[in-house]
Amino acid sequence: MLDFKLPEVGENIKSGNIVAVLVAVGDVVKKDQPLLEMETDKASLEIPSPCDGTIKEILVKKGEDAKIGQVVMRIVEGKTSGAVKAAPKETPQPAPIASVAATKESPRPAVAPAAYAALTQAATAILPEAPVDVPAAPSVRRFAREIGINIAQVPGTSAGGRISIEDVKAFAKALNTSRATAAPPGAAAKPLPDFAKWGGIERQPMNNIRKKTAEHMTLCWTTIPHVTQFDKADITKLEQSRKRYSSDDRKLTITPFLLKVMAAGLKTFPEFNASIDMAAQQIIYKKYCHIGVAVDTDRGLLVPVIRDVDQKTIYQLADELGAIAQRARDKKTSLEELHGGCMTLTNLGGIGGTQFTPIVNWPEVAILGVSRAQWEPYYEDGKLSPAPRLMLPLSLSYDHRLIDGSHGARFLRWVCETIEQPFTTEFEK
Amino acid sequence: MSELKTQLLVIGAGPGGYAAAFYAADLGMQVTLVDTELNPGGVCLYRGCIPSKALLHAAKIVSESRDAKNFGITFNEPRIDVDKLRAWKNDVVSKMTGNLGLLAKSRKVAFIQGKATFIDSKTAKVQKVDGSSQNVRFDHAILATGSRPIPLPNISDSPLILNSTTGLELQTIPSSLLVVGGGYIGLELGTVYAELGSAVSVVEMTQGLLPGADRDLVTVLEKRLKTIFKSIMLGTKVAKVEPTAKNVKVTFENPDGKTSQETYDKILVAIGRKPNSSDLGLENTKAKVTPKGFVQIDLQRRTTDPAIFAIGDIAGEPMLAHKASHEGRVAVDAIAGKKTVFEPKAIPAVVFTDPEIAWCGLTETQAKQENRTVAVAKFPWGASGRAMTLNRTDGLTKLILDPDTQRVLGMAIVGPGAGELISEGVLAVEMGSVVEDVKLAIHPHPTTSETIMEAAEGFFGHATHIYRPKKS
Repeated sequence: MLDFKLPEVGENIKSGNIVAVLVAVGDVVKKDQPLLEMETDKASLEIPSPCDGTIKEILVKKGEDAKIGQVVMRIVEGKTSGAVKAAPKETPQPAPIASVAATKESPRPAVAPAAYAALTQAATAILPEAPVDVPAAPSVRRFAREIGINIAQVPGTSAGGRISIEDVKAFAKALNTSRATAAPPGAAAKPLPDFAKWGGIERQPMNNIRKKTAEHMTLCWTTIPHVTQFDKADITKLEQSRKRYSSDDRKLTITPFLLKVMAAGLKTFPEFNASIDMAAQQIIYKKYCHIGVAVDTDRGLLVPVIRDVDQKTIYQLADELGAIAQRARDKKTSLEELHGGCMTLTNLGGIGGTQFTPIVNWPEVAILGVSRAQWEPYYEDGKLSPAPRLMLPLSLSYDHRLIDGSHGARFLRWVCETIEQPFTTEFEK
Repeated sequence: MSELKTQLLVIGAGPGGYAAAFYAADLGMQVTLVDTELNPGGVCLYRGCIPSKALLHAAKIVSESRDAKNFGITFNEPRIDVDKLRAWKNDVVSKMTGNLGLLAKSRKVAFIQGKATFIDSKTAKVQKVDGSSQNVRFDHAILATGSRPIPLPNISDSPLILNSTTGLELQTIPSSLLVVGGGYIGLELGTVYAELGSAVSVVEMTQGLLPGADRDLVTVLEKRLKTIFKSIMLGTKVAKVEPTAKNVKVTFENPDGKTSQETYDKILVAIGRKPNSSDLGLENTKAKVTPKGFVQIDLQRRTTDPAIFAIGDIAGEPMLAHKASHEGRVAVDAIAGKKTVFEPKAIPAVVFTDPEIAWCGLTETQAKQENRTVAVAKFPWGASGRAMTLNRTDGLTKLILDPDTQRVLGMAIVGPGAGELISEGVLAVEMGSVVEDVKLAIHPHPTTSETIMEAAEGFFGHATHIYRPKKS
C-alpha cells in the first residue's frame, strides 16, 4: 500500500486548502487521474494520482488545510482492485501537476518591490530555476550570484537598463539596510493572488520611471517615520500681488512665491535643511538652498531640482519652473537635475483636494504639499466679516527622527504667516 | 584488480572533457582523464573540427586561385596529391593531440587510454586498450563522451558509404559524390570534395539548406554553392540506397512524390549526430537519460546523480566544441563549490563554408517563432571597401536588436571570415551592449569588421557608405 503524500506544487507553497475530494474509498483510479482539488495562494490545482490503484483510505476532508508532504490518501497499487502489490521501498516521485491554473509569470520579475525586505526571499535565491535574459555582463552576473543576489531583481542604471557591478552593490547595500531596519519578516512578500480567477486581467511591464518611483517611495516610507502637519495660509493679498505682477507674456503661478518662502524658511529653521546620517550618528546641515519641484508627466512623477532658490527673483524662478516642467515633459531632464534637493514642493492644487500627506523625499527631511485654495468666510472678533479670505491648504510632512512636532508646527505656521506678508519687496530686486 | 582513487574522474577527452580536466587540475584537484584515443582531443581534433578545417583551407586555396582569373592572375588547374594532403592533415591532428597529451602530463592529469563504465555512483571500471582493467573510485565524475554520426537506417555497410569520420579520412577523391543532408557538416565536407574535383550533389529533406539558420544568410551561401556543386536537391528524400561493388545507386523521392534514380561513386551521410550515452553503465548510477538520449542535467551540469556531471554533446544541443568547454569549466566550478551556473546569452555557431555563415544570440528565425518583435540593422558587403578588395562583395552583416532598449540581442554574418568576426557579436550580447555602443566603438579600416559598425550606424539611419533618402 502506498502512502500518498501531497506533492510539491510550486515554489514557496507549503500548504493549501482542500477544495474538493474527487474520489471515494474503494474507487479504482488511474495514474494521473485527479484525486483532490486544492487551492493555494497562487493557484487552484488538481492533484493527480501517482499510480494506478484503488483508494484505500482518505485522510483529508473538504475545507481542511493540508501541508505539502502530509499523507493525504492511502492507495493500493495495481490495475485492478484485487491486485495488491508489495509496498514500494520508497515514496514515488511526486507526479507532475496536471493543471496549474495561471501560474505563468512574467520571466523577469518587475523590479520595484513592495519593500526591499520583501525581496529577501526571491533576491537571495542563488540558483534561479532558469536563467533569465538580464542585460548584464558575465562578470557582473557572476558577482551577483556569488554574493547571493538574484540579478533579475537588480535595477540597471545604464543605457538599455544595463546592470553594472555598482548597481548590484547598491542593491545589496539597500537590501542589507532594509533587512537591518525594516519591517519584521513575514510582513511583506506575500505572493499575489490569482486575479484571473475573478475576471480578465492584463500584465503590463513597468516603465523605468514607475520602477524608480516604486523603489524610491518604498525606501522613503520604510526609512522615515513620517508626521504630517496641516495648516492654511491666507493668500488673499498674495493673489493680488500675483495678479498685479503677472503680464500676458509672463503669467505667474503661486509656486515661485512658495519657493521663495520655503527658501527663507530653510534659513530660519536649519533642521529642515538637513539630512540624517544614522551610521555616523550625525546631522548634516546644508549651506545651500536647492528645492525640488514635483512634476507630473505622462510617464510618471519626476522631481527636478531648482538650484539656489534663495538667490533668485520671483521672475527668475517662474521662468525656470516653466523650463524644467517643459524639459520633464519632453523627456530631456538630466540625471543631474534630479539630485541635490534640500526640500521638495508638491502642488496638487491644480487638480483639487483639501489636504494630503506627501511622502518625504529621502534623504531630505521635509516636503511641503499644496492643495487647492478656497474662499472661506472670515470672522473678526467673533463677527462674520463681509470680506471672505482666500485660504491655501498646506500639508507639511517631515522626518520625525530629526524634527519634533513643535518644530514642524512652528515651521508651517511661519510659512503661512510669511505668505500673508506682501511680496512687493521681492519685485524690486 | 587494483583500485585507483581520484578526486575527479573525467570520461571522454574531447574539448569538453580535456578543458574540464585541465581546469580542475589548475584548481588543485587530483584528476584522472579517460579516453579511447592515444591522446586527448576527441572527435573535434581527431574526426571533426580540426581535420575538416585543414581540408577546407586547402579547398579555399583552390577556389581562390580560380577566382584570381577575374583580376588577371591565371593559374594552371591544380594538381592534387591526395596522399600528401592527407598526410599534412593527419600531421596537424597528431601535433595538436600530442601537445594535449603533453599538457595533460605537465598538469599531472592521469591519462588512461581505455573505456570507462560506471559500476555505481562512486566507482567506474576502465577497460584499458592493453586488455587489463582498473576500477577507479571517484569523489566526482564528469561525463563527456560526446556524440557520433547517425547512419541512414536499414542500409548495409559499404566502403562507398561515408560518414563525417570516414569522409575526413580522404581515402580517395570520387569522381561523383552525393552528400545526404544539407546541414553544416554536409556542406563543409561537400565543399572540400567539390574543390578537390568531385562532382558533388547535395540532397536535403527539408525545404532549405542549413535548417534553422536565417534564410537571408543561407541565400547568399546557396548562390555560391550552386556554382561549385553539381546539384542541390531540396525537399527531396532518399528513398533507397543500393551499394554495389563499384558504385551506389540512390533512389530519390521528390516533393511531388515522384521517384528518380542516380548513381554515384560514393555517398556521404551527414544527417545528424546522436549522443553517446549508452554502454556507460549509467543504469548503475542515479543519472537519467532523456528519450532523445541526452543525459539529464541541471543548470550546473549536474546529473540526477549528485556525484556525476555531464557536459558537451551528451548533455544537449547545440553540439558544439566551445559550448562543451564552457560547460566543462562550469561543472568544475560547481564541483569546487563555487556558485556557478551555465547561462550563456550567446553561443556562437559557425558554418565554415565559402562564404562562411556565423551567428550568435537571437536569430530572426527564432524571434519569429517566439513572436518577438525585434529591430534588424543590416549592412550589405557590397558597400564594404575591404570586401571589394577581396573581390567578395557577396556578404551581409546584421544586428538583431531590442526595439525598446536598443540592446544587441544577436548578430549574424555571411561572408568570408564571418567566423572570425562573430566574436564581437558574442561580446556585445554578453555585455548587454546597446547598438550605440557598437556604433561608437572605432573599428579598424579597411576590414570587414567595419560592416558591424556600419550596420549599427544604419540603425540610426546614417551608415557612412550607404545613402538612404530620409522618409518624411
